[in-house]
Amino acid sequence: MSKQVIIPFGPQHPVLPEPLHLDLVLEDETVVDVIPSIGYVHRGLEKLVEKREYTEYVFIAERICGICSYIHSNTYVSGVEQIMGLEVPERAQYLRTIWSELSRLHSHLLWLGLFADGLGFESVFMNAWKLREHVLDELEATTGGRVIQGVCKVGGVRRDISPEKLDEMVKGLKELEKELERLTNVFLYDRSIASRLKGVGMLGKEDAYYLGAVGPTARGSGVPIDLRQTGYNVYDKINFKPVVEMEGDSYARCIVRAKEMFTSIDIIEQCVKKIPDGPVDMKVTGAPNGEFFSRAEQPRGEVIHYIKGNGTKHLVRHRVRTPTFTNIPPLVKLLKGVQLADVPVVVLTIDPCIGCAER
Amino acid sequence: MTFEQQTTTPIEVGELLSLVEKFKKEGNRLVQIGCAKVGDLYEITYSFDKDFVFQNVRITATQDTKLPSISDIYWGAFVYENEIFDLYGITVTGMNIDFKGTFYRTAVKHAFSVTTGKEDNPCLNR
Repeated sequence: MSKQVIIPFGPQHPVLPEPLHLDLVLEDETVVDVIPSIGYVHRGLEKLVEKREYTEYVFIAERICGICSYIHSNTYVSGVEQIMGLEVPERAQYLRTIWSELSRLHSHLLWLGLFADGLGFESVFMNAWKLREHVLDELEATTGGRVIQGVCKVGGVRRDISPEKLDEMVKGLKELEKELERLTNVFLYDRSIASRLKGVGMLGKEDAYYLGAVGPTARGSGVPIDLRQTGYNVYDKINFKPVVEMEGDSYARCIVRAKEMFTSIDIIEQCVKKIPDGPVDMKVTGAPNGEFFSRAEQPRGEVIHYIKGNGTKHLVRHRVRTPTFTNIPPLVKLLKGVQLADVPVVVLTIDPCIGCAER
Repeated sequence: MTFEQQTTTPIEVGELLSLVEKFKKEGNRLVQIGCAKVGDLYEITYSFDKDFVFQNVRITATQDTKLPSISDIYWGAFVYENEIFDLYGITVTGMNIDFKGTFYRTAVKHAFSVTTGKEDNPCLNR
């Protein structure tokens, strides 16, 4: 056996915009064990339920993350609505679905840019972020916010989208789809990218499932978990199939995200075709009395907002289990056997969002 | 809108490991372990899922209760178990990776074991 050395990776590292620390145990250049550390910027946002009314708290829930912000607010209000037994107007549920998919789209483009940058593929990075601007513009035009939308509330949504704007959005997305195709083709069929990612950072199906992997990290290993299949919002009225790849390597996780961008556009188009007329919110009285684990599919995977209320204006507990948090044990597993030089790129393949994990 | 049914079964500490093993044998994945302070007691909830059927088991405990780690059964459980100790001060014995209170670097030790909220009046949202 070679002599083992421990190389600290992070919390400050060029590929990590947020602090995550890994103690990499190496034999020569090969990683044989990993000890992860987080907690550098833990904010304790969940504790604020004690100080904010449950209706106000949605703004805090949305600020857990600056990327999947919208889906956090959607998941939180859905949980409160489940406890209170509120039948939210259908139009509001369609709008929530559209905004959820726009969020997924911009998050995957953000990841694609960062990942390409990590690989040294600057032109893909710039093109991905250029396309992301279009999605952010759509979010801004329909909600008023690019990063924090503030449009979800208990009992519905705060803004409607006019039929003209919805048609314009679909036209814009059709144009985006063509450019996305070109971009993902360049990315996925480049020989140097394939050779760096194929067979690297392996995570088997059983490991992915029992270690708690979610999102593209799980689906890249053949685990078909996609919470949209449970039919929350109006996903039960939309025809789509989760993207699943079987190889379990870094390349498979990239393919899943690339293909999911097209699924998101398709879902938005279906929503625009099916969205009914009607109100977008309802009057809400009282306060939640009960508990619920509200689950949704974020760009990085399953998120859970546990909400417990006792009929008063302050919730007893709000707890968020974010996808990155549960993807840490699978990350430890998939880094074993990786060469030291590949560690930054392999870490990026789980699309870590420390802002979420450090809620 | 679909209203999802979720079950939560109260259990004793001594039953935990055998139940968790049963869940794993049945093909469930561990979704999360979470803690909530309710009055002077703590509710520790273990959530499992198989084919989108979501099931919980719950231990109601005091801060002095020692929970056995389930990380021998579900290896990834250490993140939740360390979190419970760091935020609530509830000891979990036998974790595969024990950060000994340094998983979260919080300014206040076991910050979530103290309730600091405003007076909880009935909701005025009428």
